[in-house]
Amino acid sequence: MDGVSLLTITVLAVFVGFEVVSKVSSTLHTPLMSGANAIHGIILVGAIIVAGQAHEPLVLAVALLAVVLATANLVGGFVVTDRMLEMFRGRKPAASGKAQKPAPGVDKATQKEEAR
Amino acid sequence: MTLLSPVWTALLYLAAAVCFILALKGLNSPRTARQGNLVGAFGAVIAVVAVFLSVHLDNIPWIVGSIAVGSAVAAPVARRVKMTQMPQLVALFNGVGGGAAALVALLELAHSDDGWMRVAVVFTLLVGAVSFAGSAITFAKLQELMTTRPVVFPGLPVVMSLVLLAAVGTGAGVVVSGSQALAVVLLLLGMVAGVLLVLPVGGADVPIVISLLNAFTGLAVAASGLVLGNVLLVVAGTLVGASGTILTRAMAAAMGRSVAGILFGAFRGGSTAGSTAVSERPVRSSSAEDVAVLLGYAQRVIIVPGYGLAVAQGQHTAAELAEALEERGVDVDFAIHPVAGRMPGHMNVLLAEANVPYESLKEMGEINSEFKTADVALVVGANDVVNPAAKTTAGSPIYGMPILEVSQARQVVFLKRSMRPGFAGIENDLMYEPQTTLLFGDAKDSLAKVLAAVKGL
Repeated sequence: MDGVSLLTITVLAVFVGFEVVSKVSSTLHTPLMSGANAIHGIILVGAIIVAGQAHEPLVLAVALLAVVLATANLVGGFVVTDRMLEMFRGRKPAASGKAQKPAPGVDKATQKEEAR
Repeated sequence: MTLLSPVWTALLYLAAAVCFILALKGLNSPRTARQGNLVGAFGAVIAVVAVFLSVHLDNIPWIVGSIAVGSAVAAPVARRVKMTQMPQLVALFNGVGGGAAALVALLELAHSDDGWMRVAVVFTLLVGAVSFAGSAITFAKLQELMTTRPVVFPGLPVVMSLVLLAAVGTGAGVVVSGSQALAVVLLLLGMVAGVLLVLPVGGADVPIVISLLNAFTGLAVAASGLVLGNVLLVVAGTLVGASGTILTRAMAAAMGRSVAGILFGAFRGGSTAGSTAVSERPVRSSSAEDVAVLLGYAQRVIIVPGYGLAVAQGQHTAAELAEALEERGVDVDFAIHPVAGRMPGHMNVLLAEANVPYESLKEMGEINSEFKTADVALVVGANDVVNPAAKTTAGSPIYGMPILEVSQARQVVFLKRSMRPGFAGIENDLMYEPQTTLLFGDAKDSLAKVLAAVKGL
């Protein structure tokens, strides 16, 4: 692909990257960092290409090391992010559509009823 | 084998890139986040399948074996790691990604004879190596394999400048000559620079450095995409670089610091060095039973968890206390400062692990106006994030940092290990106010005692 097309794509990706995370709540900063971390593990694609073109043992060894490292980044990153997100549960598992919280007064009254 | 035409390959890469964007977008809300992450993983699978089907590859058994090894090592570690240790694992994964990008660039140098291509190789090598070594030091700091205090020695700025100058010189040499030996030297220089970059950063600021290095790795991956002429690597790397930059800035803003201040603060005799001075002013300390009475008969309690709670691993006890109070009809919320815990947003993960519903985790902007209506603000292992000096004392190291306004609550209870100041090394006047009570001890022990006392009310 020619340089100008790649530059176009890069600049657009910068704006998408800015836009996509600009409204993220601080609640999810850690999973977001971890998720972004997993995404750059896609360097695995590059490592596979380089390893597939290697003809000398030393080059192949270095390339395979890159494959191992990149896979660890990619797989580990997605798995640990999934584990984190699994823990974010709402108050009511059934009502996943909206995160509604009953009015404080009503909430307290029903809870007292249950407590007795 | 090359089963796929270039057009199909490009379309599959496009699909993978869209998956990555959706993954980041999904992470905007707790409801869509997990699904988003799975979409991202699916995109990664598409991309890897596409590369196997579209490029003529030798050594396929070796490659598949290496992927199996990498997965077999990383997946169980990621499954088993304790949530409190998660920041260092993220640092570790980030570092190996940066290392992989640097190695790919090193090997691609042999195939790149174009000057601009070599510039991209040099950039990937340097940034990837900085990210790899920097993440390794970050990991060591968080895992407490080395001191968490800033490591500074005289002449550090000079050494750093010399290393960077040498790196630029070597980089220019690589661009001109295309020599792989010089490239290896550049790789080593990059690693030294990475170590020097992170050494002077104090424990409290390390999380922001992880985020910054994450953005670095993204940029290295994007540059390696330019080298390989692979659009997907360019898009994915740029996405991570851009989002990582925004995230780093957001986190730094939440701490009232600039990114440059964090990186270079310690060079100038940094502000996170902390002091151990203990004040002689009188405070009102109290017993766990008194605190339990205060909490148990309140209408509304806001719990402010901090770094100390994470260190003491008291998040489960805090969640149990909140539950016990809610059973008594007390309205309980958690007020989360953006940088509470060992990593921005880390406290949310820890409390989520302890089964606190995310609706109870209130962000700073949302909860600050509600402290007025709270009977008790219970501050557990936090200090600087509730220090009014950030608003009132110009010239204080934390001046300008947004804080949780606990001083507006009718009563304030601090669970603290000792009177030692927080990371910023400054006193918190709030602790000497008449409405404040202190309960000394390990955060987890104190919470357990208060919990037992609340249950006995």
